Amino acid sequence: MPLLKANNLTIKFGGLVAVSDFTLNMGDNDLYGLIGPNGAGKTTIFNMLTGVYSPTSGDIVFSGENITGIKPYEITKKKIARTFQNIRLFKQLSVLDNVKISFDYQTKYTLAEAILKLPRYFEQEAKIAEEAMEILKIFDLQDKAEEFSENLPYGEQRRLEIARALAARPKLLLLDEPAAGMNPQETQELMALIRFIRKEFNISILLIEHDMRLVMGVCERIIVVDYGKIIAEGTPDEIKKNPKVIEAYLGEEN
Amino acid sequence: MKKFYVKLLIGILIFTLIFLVLNYFMDTDVINPYKARIIMLIGINIILGVSLNLVLGFTGQLTLGHAGFMAIGAYAAAVVSVKLQAPFLVALIAGGVASGFIGMLIGLPVLKLKGDYLAITTLAFGQIILNVINNIEFIGGPRGFSVPPKTTFIWVFVFTILSYFIINSIIKSSHGRAMVSIREDEIAAEAMGINAFKYKVMAFTIASFFAGIAGGLFAHFQGYITPNIFDFMKSVDIVTSVVLGGMGSLSGTVIATTVITYLPEGLRSLSEYRMIIYPILLIIMMRFRPKGLMGTNEISFKGIQKFYKKLKGKGGKNNAAA
Repeated sequence: MPLLKANNLTIKFGGLVAVSDFTLNMGDNDLYGLIGPNGAGKTTIFNMLTGVYSPTSGDIVFSGENITGIKPYEITKKKIARTFQNIRLFKQLSVLDNVKISFDYQTKYTLAEAILKLPRYFEQEAKIAEEAMEILKIFDLQDKAEEFSENLPYGEQRRLEIARALAARPKLLLLDEPAAGMNPQETQELMALIRFIRKEFNISILLIEHDMRLVMGVCERIIVVDYGKIIAEGTPDEIKKNPKVIEAYLGEEN
Repeated sequence: MKKFYVKLLIGILIFTLIFLVLNYFMDTDVINPYKARIIMLIGINIILGVSLNLVLGFTGQLTLGHAGFMAIGAYAAAVVSVKLQAPFLVALIAGGVASGFIGMLIGLPVLKLKGDYLAITTLAFGQIILNVINNIEFIGGPRGFSVPPKTTFIWVFVFTILSYFIINSIIKSSHGRAMVSIREDEIAAEAMGINAFKYKVMAFTIASFFAGIAGGLFAHFQGYITPNIFDFMKSVDIVTSVVLGGMGSLSGTVIATTVITYLPEGLRSLSEYRMIIYPILLIIMMRFRPKGLMGTNEISFKGIQKFYKKLKGKGGKNNAAA
């Protein structure tokens, strides 16, 4: 059974067809890349998969369950998590609290228990703190746990965003341009990190990226979109040679 | 967990001591009845401030109708205690529950809005509440409603401490973190599994509940309530104390509320000039500390220890230099 099946997703904003007939099948532990020129509709596809937009037609099936059109926070509970193109951390919260927030939907104590400070509150809070610290350790952020997330350097903010998404315990992780603004050295580290979390957490990853070295380096399959339509799909080597892709990126030869 | 109970015990001891000292001073007229009334008013305003801070400072939703909920609590408590002859505690709780319930009803449609739109709608609802009360003959309408003065110092003191403690507990919990995440970035919060609307309604309902309690205390403190006590300006006063203290700092709200409640009385000797000094103080404050007195920081034992150590450290260095 495939993990994610998106069938003929189409979304229109007024008269504009932003994405049409987008179809995607992903299995467990797959690592796919989604590329395309600026404005091709990549982030719109992400927004449909995470419930920010509801597709005009088509449906999304995740783990055998139809999740088309449900709210973003419900999508997260179904085990899909994401990061954002322009980092969206909780700036005025500590690094640790940023990660802790992802545990909210898994928390089992009620507000009354928190106010009356019943044992379950302490048990759960201790467990959340411990698990959050473990995730921070994986991302080498444990020493900065108490710092405001806005004070972290750029690369670490990107890492924290991935850590926060993983704390929501997803089966599918969507990364929206994780390497944006990184230098080649940081991109190399990110590639190793992406491979590592895929193995360590046993999850599938779908990523949008403009950095071709990263996409060609880590992804098993690549989907290319242009003007909202899939123009090519295949392994990195196939994509590199595909004339349509070259045309979309470099323009037609006259 | 053990640590918590130790802290709780120490807290109860300290606050009992503070209460006994203040109460002794009031009994022996060191603090005269006039000053005692200011202290009680400060307590009531603190309940209003910290409850509004939960919505405004922690959840980040600008609402301008808090006095309306205070009015609901005041009138509901007054009706229960005068017309039904119920005990004071029952009346207060009834005021809180009535206000919390109506707060939830109003919150459900209104909290779908954001920012300025939310502010204007809550302002309008505050006015609606007053107009409704103005037109109910049963509770005196615009003529007002006479209430037995049952609020004594111990009532205000206990409820102020309880409100602070409960709201502080909420903030420290997973629910509170979810509320703060909405303030920081609602889209990201939703992507992390937070049902933003649910938490907004939750914060709004809790805040209305405590505003209702404060209203009940106020009604039985004032002895006579009219709808225009709870007008828009009262809401603005509460917002001012939250903003000045620091949105997202409960201890900041306590300090700011104390100052703001005391200032008009303290500056009384300056007669008309106080109405100039007070706004100027506000302007200076906002110019040089726009995040409020405390920002999002809190006063805590740990913080005081750290500060003391830092001070000591500095002193030590100076000594060495000398």
